[in-house]
Amino acid sequence: MGTHGTSLAIPEPPAELNRAPLVGNNRSLGWISNRVCSLTEGRAPIWWWILLIPSLALLGMLLFMLGYQISTGVGVWGNMHPVMWGWDIINFVWWIGIGHAGTLISAILFLLRQRWRTAVNRAAEAMTIFAVMCAGIYPALHVGRVWYDWWLFPIPNSNSIWPQFRSPLMWDVFAVSTYFTVSVLFWYMGLIPDLAVMRDRARTKLKQFAYGLFALGWTGSNRHWSNYEKAYLILAGLSTPLVLSVHSIVSLDFAVSQVPGWHTTIFPPYFVAGAIFSGFGMVLTLLIPLRSIFKLEDIITKRHIDVMCKVTLATGSIVGYAYGMEFFIAWYSGSPYERYAFINRALGPYWWGYWTMIVCNVVVPQLFWIKAFRHNLVVVFIISILVNIGMWFERFVIIVISLHRDFLPSNWGYYSPSWVDICTYLGTFGLFFTLFLLFIRYLPMIAISEVKGVTPQADPHHPLGGAKVKDMALHE
Amino acid sequence: MNKLNAYGIVAEFRTSADILHAAERVRDAGFRKWDVFTPFPVHGMDRAMGLRNSKVGWFAFLGGVVGYTTGMLMIWFMNAFDYPLVVGGKPMFSPFFAFPPSYELTILFGAFGSLFGMLFLNRLPRLHHPLLKNRRFALVTHDRFFLVIESADPKYSETETRILLEQVGSRHIEVVEE
Repeated sequence: MGTHGTSLAIPEPPAELNRAPLVGNNRSLGWISNRVCSLTEGRAPIWWWILLIPSLALLGMLLFMLGYQISTGVGVWGNMHPVMWGWDIINFVWWIGIGHAGTLISAILFLLRQRWRTAVNRAAEAMTIFAVMCAGIYPALHVGRVWYDWWLFPIPNSNSIWPQFRSPLMWDVFAVSTYFTVSVLFWYMGLIPDLAVMRDRARTKLKQFAYGLFALGWTGSNRHWSNYEKAYLILAGLSTPLVLSVHSIVSLDFAVSQVPGWHTTIFPPYFVAGAIFSGFGMVLTLLIPLRSIFKLEDIITKRHIDVMCKVTLATGSIVGYAYGMEFFIAWYSGSPYERYAFINRALGPYWWGYWTMIVCNVVVPQLFWIKAFRHNLVVVFIISILVNIGMWFERFVIIVISLHRDFLPSNWGYYSPSWVDICTYLGTFGLFFTLFLLFIRYLPMIAISEVKGVTPQADPHHPLGGAKVKDMALHE
Repeated sequence: MNKLNAYGIVAEFRTSADILHAAERVRDAGFRKWDVFTPFPVHGMDRAMGLRNSKVGWFAFLGGVVGYTTGMLMIWFMNAFDYPLVVGGKPMFSPFFAFPPSYELTILFGAFGSLFGMLFLNRLPRLHHPLLKNRRFALVTHDRFFLVIESADPKYSETETRILLEQVGSRHIEVVEE
């Protein structure tokens, strides 16, 4: 591959620095373009249609449920005194939490120079955007009268009253909308060079025009790359405090209130760790099948899966620590309401929700300490789904169990979702998977130019990048 | 070929090391209007081309400052000046409750600043470019590396520039028309 004529005497690096290559089988630069772009070329495979059609059906069901809810009122949901936040807010927090792994991979791991992120960041960022779209439906709808949603924006209402910013719910509006916008900007900016790859390969006029338009005339000029890399670094630097703030602010929606079980200072870091935990669960759920179906084993290698399992284990353990600490503080605070709230979580009428959460979030991910489990894709896939179930139950535990026992026993109740709640939730999967399937069909699901950049061929000081022995000696 | 309608000379390279060394030589030869085109950012190329640090940071910084100021002023104007309402006995304005939205706006405007600053500095979008009409140049997004010296460069000479590019190791050199 290199153009060297003489044999090379490359000093072997010490064993601890000798890591497995990020792209398997020494694939060439062109192979990466061909492999990734071929997924979007030619006729759509049958399985794509088999997945798209039910997704579209679920999306249709979502639209019907939203129409039914808007035309009838929030009474069609199971929300009832004293549980005024039910599946709507559970699902909002769940979906937005899933998004966080995408930003962690794209921004925080970029700043930490984790080069393996290049194989998974594009798909994870797409997941972020689609998950935030699913999340955004709920706060917009649960206000009941959606035609007043514009009161959330900094526009004076019909009595010239402005939104009041002392409420964390207003902070949430800014956090979530900024999160969505910046995620889209970051994703699009990463796509520009890859859209140019698609443009230069396109055979039909329509594709040439569409990819060419969105590639903005990208030529790969190094004067452009220089500005581009700086802008990418800054966006990563801005997205890092952003992603940490979004779930912190979501948690403040709860923590600023006086409800036992919600009024805790541990919430912001605990929510962020949980969000990243659930997001990695979803990334693994999505990428393990795609990797096999699309034959991407050389790009998303076993090492990538292994590293993501370790992140899941780490964040899952942080979440487990937070559960324990919540109990400790409930006991240590001496507040009888706080103590009752926590004993009631474990032993009250919703004990099954609490123990599902503990098993899925704390117990099961501990299997990732063992390498054999991290390398068994079936086990990883099952655990990744259990993580998402567990994180859904975490929000259920926090929201429903804290609310169903009010301060006065006469206000106690038992919450159950209605069929509209369940169908709306299933419908958001339709929206998510429809968008994700369209994404993998029409856009490069791997960041082509970034993966090329981490191959040895990209390194001008590596023999595969064309370095001669004398250059190597020069850089010793 | 007429110099007037030539955009420049395009030299093709096969490896990142070759293009890096070629860029160092072209930089030392004193050219000004030239560029390197690669499928991914080559590490060390900015130095090899003699480029200075990108100015994108200023756009992002400006965006951030504007965002934070907008947030604070907006919330003060809405909740303390234009229509003050007492809510929960809290002050009409405090930088503490105004901070989270202002923080988000700092990031939002900073992100717009960096993306649009990058596009502005690169003069993008530009949907017509002489190089994009060249068939062989399309490989730049695949696995080839190109060095282009524009005819607008004062040191440009169709024969001598071609000789220089041959000397630095290019195997395929052609003139691209405007």
